[in-house]
Amino acid sequence: MLVPGVEFPHFCAQCEDYPCVQSCPVNALSVSKKTGAVLVNTKTCIACGKCISACPGRIPHMHPNGKYVLICNLCNGNPKCVKVCQEGGWDVLKEISREDRNYKLYARRPEETTRDLALKIYGEKAEEFL
Amino acid sequence: MILGYAGKFLEVNLSTEKIKEVSFDDEVLRDYVGGRGLAAKILWDRLGSKWEKIDPLGSENILLFLTGPLTGYFPGGRICVSGKSPQSNGVVGSTVGGEFGVELRCAGYDGIIVTGEAKKPVYLFIKDSDVEIRDAERVWGKDAKQTVKILTKECRELLKERFPLYGEWKEPALLYIGPAGENKVRTAVVAAKWTHAAGYGGYGAVMGSKNLKALAIKGTGPLPPVADMKKIERLIRVVNDNAYESELWRRWGTGAGGYEFGAKTSSEPVRNWQNEWHDEKSFGVDQFENRVWIKQSWSDFGCPTCCLKIAMVKNGKFKGAITDNPDYEMQAYLGPNLGIFIPEENVFLSTLIDDLGLCGIQTGNVMGFAAELFQRGILTRKDLDGIELKWGDAEAFANLAKKIALREGIGDLLAEGTYRAALKIGKRKNLDVLQYAVQSKGISIGAHGIRSGKDYPEIISYVCSVQGGDHTSTAGLPLAGGGSELMEIFNDSGVYCNFNSFGIPRNVRFNFYTAVTGLKLTRKEWCSTKALRVLQLQRAMLLLGGPDQKWNPKVHDANPPRFYEPLLSGPYKGKTAKKSAVEEYKRRYYRAVGWDKNGIPKSENLRKLGLQDVDRALENLRRKLPP
Repeated sequence: MLVPGVEFPHFCAQCEDYPCVQSCPVNALSVSKKTGAVLVNTKTCIACGKCISACPGRIPHMHPNGKYVLICNLCNGNPKCVKVCQEGGWDVLKEISREDRNYKLYARRPEETTRDLALKIYGEKAEEFL
Repeated sequence: MILGYAGKFLEVNLSTEKIKEVSFDDEVLRDYVGGRGLAAKILWDRLGSKWEKIDPLGSENILLFLTGPLTGYFPGGRICVSGKSPQSNGVVGSTVGGEFGVELRCAGYDGIIVTGEAKKPVYLFIKDSDVEIRDAERVWGKDAKQTVKILTKECRELLKERFPLYGEWKEPALLYIGPAGENKVRTAVVAAKWTHAAGYGGYGAVMGSKNLKALAIKGTGPLPPVADMKKIERLIRVVNDNAYESELWRRWGTGAGGYEFGAKTSSEPVRNWQNEWHDEKSFGVDQFENRVWIKQSWSDFGCPTCCLKIAMVKNGKFKGAITDNPDYEMQAYLGPNLGIFIPEENVFLSTLIDDLGLCGIQTGNVMGFAAELFQRGILTRKDLDGIELKWGDAEAFANLAKKIALREGIGDLLAEGTYRAALKIGKRKNLDVLQYAVQSKGISIGAHGIRSGKDYPEIISYVCSVQGGDHTSTAGLPLAGGGSELMEIFNDSGVYCNFNSFGIPRNVRFNFYTAVTGLKLTRKEWCSTKALRVLQLQRAMLLLGGPDQKWNPKVHDANPPRFYEPLLSGPYKGKTAKKSAVEEYKRRYYRAVGWDKNGIPKSENLRKLGLQDVDRALENLRRKLPP
């Protein structure tokens, strides 16, 4: 929440060209055949941070203690976040099947999403907070 | 070590800038749990011997930010702020929502103990075990929104610079004070996020007196390990399902009260409690929804209830005012209590109070008090620095609130809170104005009246509470029942949100405690020993009081005189609290919690609970008030 009241989930968009996987110098990242999510091989990962800079949405995070990177793996095809959201009745997150679309379009940095959402909620007043 | 605790507390001495880690014995954590209970214990151990001489706004006072074992696990985490209260001179466990408690536990601490007094404005920056006292000169004097904005930016840049590889940092959790806290206004709050507030107790003033502008924290670790994760998951489901089903709070927040309590149960303050009933349809919650709410649900980390709404004034004179959901207390105290029945004006005042870092309940109370004195001609326009303080004039009240926060002119007097202001005005005008002050032991009464008898507080709820007029800690019998203060002590000691525990089976919270810590705790054990111990400690410190005000239970264990005046209109017209019934109930309550006829904890009861030193400290009081 960079602007008061503007909170949103910040998720991996599953880009179709996987810039993170391509940026990895040690081939620690791979794409799951089943779900299309990015999998991290924690043993080979050297925590160089290249995938973080390569990601258009800056999704990957360094593990606070271990020396490897964390990327959403869609809970092996059963995303828990979607389950919670549906159970709570918010109905914001949904599971959809993968189609031939430009998913990279949805990879946004938190600052960008905040700007759009804040303008939508507060109108011109949002400029003050940004 | 008990499971469910991080096991470390951070102690920061602002005078010497020394930072160390302290820990408490397992027995202490087992008996006092955390939050409010532990705060009472720490304060008694460290300051108990000289309690009467400690100035709450001096450097000797200790400021505590404590979590409990359930923080982060029980849906809706909070943090408990405590210390010697500048309002009641006792101990108040004041909790505030937000992510601070969870981040603190993820950083590896159960709490922060702040002592001493900084020479210049500082803020505390914590990232896991890195703790730093940083200069806060550039945010000193800034309002709430500016403070949040500047500090969030600064902390994120700092984190990015120090951990460039980590990825995108989310914002740190913040606790901060506004201009009111800096000026040591007794009704100032410790605010979290934007702008949840720990209001009762006046700890914003304590933070200001220590020159501590804010605390920013980022924790990257996991929450402390627990005894039975499977069981916790099951219990979280029980709590969540209950919250999902309670349509009331999820849809309306507590906002529905503005009209409901006023028109239906007749327990809402109207014009400084001169009445408790109104039927102004303009103040209905549907009006709020249509006219000002721009976001329906907003919640803190892990909370299923989403009682927060975001309100913005879209047009008119106050265009642009934004606040988080004037909840029921704000609606009542900054609405009907000041004679205001228009949602936009209410949102505007609520925004202003948030920005200034004032407590909406207590500032609303003191402003209502001033307006009644103006109505009765006791305070004149000259006394009020030219403000025409008419009921319903939002701009006049806004000017007054600004004066209070900055302690200018009449604001300096009203900044002392309703009770102290009443004493001073009474002295100046040679009149008894205390009869118009609706407070209990220095703490303004929450917006739930007792006269109609249809709301939850009982006739002695505020009389016997160890936290004065605090509507979230009301006294009542039976001791193990839902309306008892002892159960509130559990909420504040486990430190989680009260609202998520409404409606769940009673034992869920104790089962939760068992699942987290692995220690067995039943409701009976809690109510007969542990909670009682905290209650006696708080009562003892409240009665010892000092240095500026002391409470005599014979005089001050009483409802404000206003509660004995009959209601003027509405379905419960003419109803009022009966003095004899209050006295009778009070006697029964004293007996149940083990206090003597004067309301002082009995010697044998204290010894049974292992509080020998408290017993000795109360000897003087007993001598002064023979039974």
